[in-house]
Amino acid sequence: MKELIVIALGAILIENFVLVKFLGICPFLGVSRKVETALGMGMAVTFVMVLASLITWLVQTFILEHFHIQYLQTIAFILVIAALVQFVEMFVQKASPTLYQALGVYLPLITTNCAVLGVALLNIQKEFNLIKSLVYGVGAAIGFTLAIVLFAGVRERLEIADIPKPLQGFPIALITAALLSIAFLGFQGLKF
Amino acid sequence: MSLMKEFNKGIIKDNPVFIQLLGMCPILAVTTTVENGIGMGLSATAVLLGSNVVISLLRKFIPSKVRIPAFIVIIAGFVTLIDMMLKAYFPELSKSLGLFIPLIVVNCIILARAEAFASKNSTTKSFFDGLGMGLGFTIALVILAGLREVLGNGTFWGLPLFGASFQPALIMILPPGAFLGLGIILGIMNWFAQRRKGGEA
Repeated sequence: MKELIVIALGAILIENFVLVKFLGICPFLGVSRKVETALGMGMAVTFVMVLASLITWLVQTFILEHFHIQYLQTIAFILVIAALVQFVEMFVQKASPTLYQALGVYLPLITTNCAVLGVALLNIQKEFNLIKSLVYGVGAAIGFTLAIVLFAGVRERLEIADIPKPLQGFPIALITAALLSIAFLGFQGLKF
Repeated sequence: MSLMKEFNKGIIKDNPVFIQLLGMCPILAVTTTVENGIGMGLSATAVLLGSNVVISLLRKFIPSKVRIPAFIVIIAGFVTLIDMMLKAYFPELSKSLGLFIPLIVVNCIILARAEAFASKNSTTKSFFDGLGMGLGFTIALVILAGLREVLGNGTFWGLPLFGASFQPALIMILPPGAFLGLGIILGIMNWFAQRRKGGEA
């Protein structure tokens, strides 16, 4: 149990996927203008990430390792994720049209979110079992959501700030991310 | 020459990183040393060349409804190839780039070129487009990696630049330095662009 908590906390704070590991930067910078959309994106990614951890682990163990075709890992995983995103899109559309509307174009874009493929590959690299993979997937997803929501909060304030002209837009967003990243560096000292 | 134009545009005018702001994950993650930056840049260039050529060859046969999954499979194939070659011939580099080699699959630059260029243009044009974009990406990686390695470690390509009294700014090779470095580079580029336009900056 303790080990699971360490894995989860590690993925959320100490090795935050966005701010320390640099996974999922594109949605992090692209979908963080408003806290609401950021939260929606975070939730959609959480959903896909947890499912992807589960399914890619099963694919790796029961298909790739069983037939000794591990070299097809990258291709197999990206196909699983693409199919999964398609499935989630159809499911959300049927189950909750309001959420579907809110997420809009960001849903299909989750396929090319490197955090999702990153989690799947890291689970295998770290030789996690199924439970640990799931916990790691949930932790990584919470870490992603936390980072993107915090960042969106700061950016909402930046909208009304007086920023030097050359730094407006993307550069100031990156510098803000740097400051957030410094804050997350502080968690490196956490030891269990 | 129009082929030269396809080649040149990726390097400066439409630089995938500085102008189009694509492919941010590898740009930020692997630029701790110049060596890693070049390794990443050339690997991505190789994948981009391969996928651009194959996709432009197949552009008449891929039904437009399933084109994105088809592109991704082609790209993933090339990434697997590069991954295996790096593991065999450059094990050190492969280890330090780690996860980011398989993650070239989801690098937006490659899919963006496939979708926006290779699926609409001839094979020769796509080849030069891929080469130009790949080199533009590599140059951007080297600029950021150079800045971070010189400031954060006092070295360039592993060679010490300053005397023993130099105190490296460690923050530059830690994760925040990547965001900060890229933010400042983009800011400076905007400043020059605005001055050239005769603005009041």
